Amino acid sequence: MLEHTADAGIVAHGSTLAETFAHAAEGMYALMVDLGGVYEAEAREVAASGEDLERLLTNWLLELLFVTETEGLVFRRFDVEVRGTTLRARAYGEALDPGRHELGGMVKGVTRHMMEVVPEDGGFRARVLFDL
Amino acid sequence: MTDWRHVLQRVDAYRWELPVDYKPGMRVPARIYADEALLAILEEEQALEQVANVATLPGIVWRSLAMPDIHWGYGFPIGGVAAMRVDDGVVSPGGVGFDINCGTRLITTTLTERDVAPRITDLVNQLFRDVPAGLGATGPLALTDAELDEVMVRGSAWMVERGYGWRDDLEVTENGGCLAGADPAAVSARARRRGSAQLGTLGAGNHFLEVQVVDTVYDPAVAARFDISAPGQVVVFLHCGSRGFGHQVCQDYLAVMEVAAARYDIQLPDKQLACAPIRSDEGQRYLAAMAAAANFAWANRQYITYWVRRSFEHVFHRTAEEMGMRLLYDVAHNMAKIEQHRFEGAEIELCVHRKGATRAFPAGHPDVPERYRDIGQPVLVPGDMGRYSFLAVGQQRAMEETWGSACHGAGRVCSRHAAKRLLKGVDVARRLADSGIVVRCHNRAALAEEASEAYKDVATVVDVLERAGISRNVAKMRPLGVIKG
Repeated sequence: MLEHTADAGIVAHGSTLAETFAHAAEGMYALMVDLGGVYEAEAREVAASGEDLERLLTNWLLELLFVTETEGLVFRRFDVEVRGTTLRARAYGEALDPGRHELGGMVKGVTRHMMEVVPEDGGFRARVLFDL
Repeated sequence: MTDWRHVLQRVDAYRWELPVDYKPGMRVPARIYADEALLAILEEEQALEQVANVATLPGIVWRSLAMPDIHWGYGFPIGGVAAMRVDDGVVSPGGVGFDINCGTRLITTTLTERDVAPRITDLVNQLFRDVPAGLGATGPLALTDAELDEVMVRGSAWMVERGYGWRDDLEVTENGGCLAGADPAAVSARARRRGSAQLGTLGAGNHFLEVQVVDTVYDPAVAARFDISAPGQVVVFLHCGSRGFGHQVCQDYLAVMEVAAARYDIQLPDKQLACAPIRSDEGQRYLAAMAAAANFAWANRQYITYWVRRSFEHVFHRTAEEMGMRLLYDVAHNMAKIEQHRFEGAEIELCVHRKGATRAFPAGHPDVPERYRDIGQPVLVPGDMGRYSFLAVGQQRAMEETWGSACHGAGRVCSRHAAKRLLKGVDVARRLADSGIVVRCHNRAALAEEASEAYKDVATVVDVLERAGISRNVAKMRPLGVIKG
């Protein structure tokens, strides 16, 4: 987790881009809810694309947030496939239940401040700062 | 980390500047309103670097300004003010923020602490039940697409016409609760979808609804004109914005502006500063979508005001009129506005970005409601839920130095996570209850993020602006009851 006075961010690592993007999504949901208490009761297909890897990461996370906001679902696991600057994924989770889930803050937006997707140790590192 | 003390130039005890040669690309100097103590807090983070970054944007005039509540944002600092010439300047969605027209509203009552304190738990519970927080996918108002269009274009007036408010409410709302030039066609389907489910809801995070009691009156004559009579009077303070609707508009146009900035060859020190010329198609479309979101936010605060009045009626068995529940003022603190200003002896048209800063127009300005025109615009400055908030009034010097702008709150001093860590094991609700403040919230774990420890002391923030001649303190209020989303 990254600390920022106004909000919160995450740094995700992975041996492939797909893994890095899956971890970034996991990190985003970990800010919102204790993922240990989330069941994989539902799944959603999500697709995203972008002009470059940073935009792809932004759009991927925004697609997920849109499902969360309009359907009330939170996700804990992601099967991600990245081809160039497009992505297809399956996200597993369930309906948010304030009575049962331990809540953090609601992520409302993905900022471009300090964002990076860079190669690191044969894999990748992604950094994202969220608007909470 | 930069040692700011060697870089900042002292203008006086409350004004500091970063010279134009501080970093390459700056077009104007940066000015920070702060005292030594507030500066010491700022040294910990990157807010000052961000004030300097804003100074690089095309068309910026006079100074990149930072209010005393400034803190690290993304792109623009929170607590920043920047005015760009309409002719050759840019507009930046990041200079407005995600929560477009996030703002505050103060409602007076003729009730006193003696009337309300014995019923405060009932009242807070009633408000908590009546004012929707917005959890879940469906909102309290099921609007058709056509109705949502009307809200985008008309703002508060749409609510008032449907019975959710009083005619007088519009007169004391910034811009009458409606920004001209809104175009529903500039708003994405996604923003509509997020917005229609959230109109009329408070939202989470730092948004709140507080029942407060006047603690101190600094200027009885001005206070009286604002319907604030004496310590002990009960008022209601509301803080919320355009919810998912505004967020989506910002998010959509950040992407548009990133492409536009490259196309217009605008060098950006930070991608979140993405912008386009005000006179470009992208700039105009953003302003039209931003106005739609601003109007959505005003309609939102108006609807919540209706439920605040209903809740009081329910608990006290008197009408809101009998309890004198007049709107004192509604002011935006995330907005870009086209305004006329005097600069170097001439009238110029500017796009004033206020990102976590409010208007603070002085007496005589035509945009101050007629009711207050001879005294100046009310400036609402919420503090944290454990301490106090302020009512101030705009001064002439604001017009001369800050484009008629002042601070918008206390300003964070530590991250949400750091606040939680600091208060690990502390029952924040219980601690507030012990000091006589009743709290109801939808997310108890998040309360620590909003505790006093997470914020600067708002008294020091408003004092700096008073000493700098930007605004003058009128009254201080302390919370009795707090509702958090």
